[in-house]
Amino acid sequence: MEHAPATGRTRALRRLLVNGEPVDVPVAPHETLLEVLREGLGLTGTKHGCELGECGACAVLVDGVPVLACLTLAVELAEHQRVDTIEGLADGARLHPLQEAFAALGGLQCGYCTPGMLMTAKALLAREPRPTAAQVREALAGNLCRCTGYGPIVEAVLAAAPHVAGPAPLGAPAAAEARP
Amino acid sequence: MMRCPPFRYLAPETAAEAARLVAAHGPGAALLAGGTDLLPRLKRGQAAPDLVVGLTRVAALRRARAGADGLELGAGVTLAATARHAALTPAHRALALAAGGAATPHVRNMGTLGGNLCADTRCGYYDQPRPWREAIGFCLKAPAGCAEPAAARAGEVAGTCWVAPGGRRCWAVASSDAAPALIALGAEVTVCSGEGSRRLAVAALHRDDGRAPLLLAPGEVLTTIHVPALGPAWRTTYWKLRRRGSFDFPVGAVALAVRLAASGEVLEARAALGGVASRPLVVETDALLGRRLDDEAVGAFAEAAVAPARPLDNTDYQPAWRRRALREAVAGALREVRGDPPEALGVLARAAARVLPRA
Ligand SMILES: Cc1cc2nc3c(=O)[nH]c(=O)nc-3n(C[C@H](O)[C@H](O)[C@H](O)COP(=O)(O)OP(=O)(O)OC[C@H]3O[C@@H](n4cnc5c(N)ncnc54)[C@H](O)[C@@H]3O)c2cc1C
Ligand code: SF4
Ligand code: FES
Ligand code: FES
Repeated sequence: MEHAPATGRTRALRRLLVNGEPVDVPVAPHETLLEVLREGLGLTGTKHGCELGECGACAVLVDGVPVLACLTLAVELAEHQRVDTIEGLADGARLHPLQEAFAALGGLQCGYCTPGMLMTAKALLAREPRPTAAQVREALAGNLCRCTGYGPIVEAVLAAAPHVAGPAPLGAPAAAEARP
Repeated sequence: MMRCPPFRYLAPETAAEAARLVAAHGPGAALLAGGTDLLPRLKRGQAAPDLVVGLTRVAALRRARAGADGLELGAGVTLAATARHAALTPAHRALALAAGGAATPHVRNMGTLGGNLCADTRCGYYDQPRPWREAIGFCLKAPAGCAEPAAARAGEVAGTCWVAPGGRRCWAVASSDAAPALIALGAEVTVCSGEGSRRLAVAALHRDDGRAPLLLAPGEVLTTIHVPALGPAWRTTYWKLRRRGSFDFPVGAVALAVRLAASGEVLEARAALGGVASRPLVVETDALLGRRLDDEAVGAFAEAAVAPARPLDNTDYQPAWRRRALREAVAGALREVRGDPPEALGVLARAAARVLPRA
């Protein structure tokens, strides 16, 4: 095994699948996914709060799983790894049901925690299409909000759930199997 | 933006190779698993390795295997995956509660069980950005601001401790949730070096020294956590004290495992405390053997269990409160395992119940 003597500042190109788009981004070993998203790719929707894992403002989905971009070294992501950020949540001009519900029900005030909240909630609904309020609170227990008091956020996630296309309910005919 | 200092990065594919890389490089090398303990330390200037050896490419570390003799969890299995692992039985409840109640859901998706056992000790005077620590004067956990790897500084004493000034030791707190739980369950770990591997009890993994709590040689990589299969007569639990129901490290915690006879007498017992010393404290349990867990036995055990605890003023909450609350938690945990209903367990239990895994 060859151990290339990188200097530590050397950036190497890494291909990631960011919001469904393949992008090649230069990554230095010590750079976090947060730095790479915000500074390398100009995707400033992902927020930086504490930068130490203590607030959830930087939450993004890696392979669909909510993680903290501030504590993820970009160099540790696999080639072609799926990274989903707030910029990919809306479908063009059409807001995601979670965004609609947050706006309609007061799920945000200053908005700083919102990208992390939305991405974390998205992952919850993918895994648990009809969550209880307790499950929503548990899933969002790593996202601090200093404005809303959380009540309207939980309400918004519950309200959005029925409008988010999830996996087919149990017992429904498996459409995919019918295709050639 | 808080940034990590520059370093070289290598990602070997086997644990033995990782161990060799770290050993060959010497004190400036650091292992990286989920990064949820190491990255904050890099950003606060507490560590500045010139080589980081990532374990993410070591597929073997992410495997979990259940057999007749118990569960083998790779060191790279996340806390989230540990807490909901299908092979955990009700008797492993202490581990499910500890792993499922650590940090936050996001951190549990990243942080590993091995990293949790190897995570650094914590202190309110130390877990601060470098300029803050410099302003009050660096303490003896890192007299030059940045902690050299454990082995390089074992034995050497310099600087002041802001918690116990004039003292000659560091009282930084062992804050792993999983360690006390694994000790109570009787778990062991395998660690490998470039040359071979050895197996030791989780209870033998740490020493009571806040500066260098881990009893691993440089370059030793923790590969596997062996959790014994515990029969249905075992009842275990984990109670954690903290201000918020999420985010916070334990300011006191107790993990308990007892094997009860049908008559209610204690046949075997193991217990450990977290958050009140620089290592998980193994609790002497002989006094419980052969006894029923009546209120008198519970009270006496709780009193004796917290006697060696040394909560100091370097975490959230006052030390005296932590000791008192921990005594109540030990008693509550014992009443839980003897079968008292949840509603009879008091307010501390409600805090613990927030992290009950779904049935
Ligand atoms: C906001 C926040 C809250 C937290 N709350 C808690 C909490 O409540 N309870 C708790 O227990 N922890 C908590 N933590 C700490 C941390 O998240 C966990 O301890 C986690 O399990 C560490 O695992 P990791 O894989 O991220 O470790 P890393 O950061 O990758 O590594 C931690 C240390 O262990 C070493 N290491 C890692 N893997 C190995 C290995 N296989 N062999 C040898 N050495 C190894 C590393 O070199 C490093 O020194 C919290 C962290 C944050 C950011
Ligand atoms: S206990 Fe004392 S020496 Fe140890 S980290 Fe805290 S202030 Fe520093
Ligand atoms: S910015 Fe990542 S958790 Fe606060
Ligand atoms: S809306 Fe301001 S922090 Fe949540």
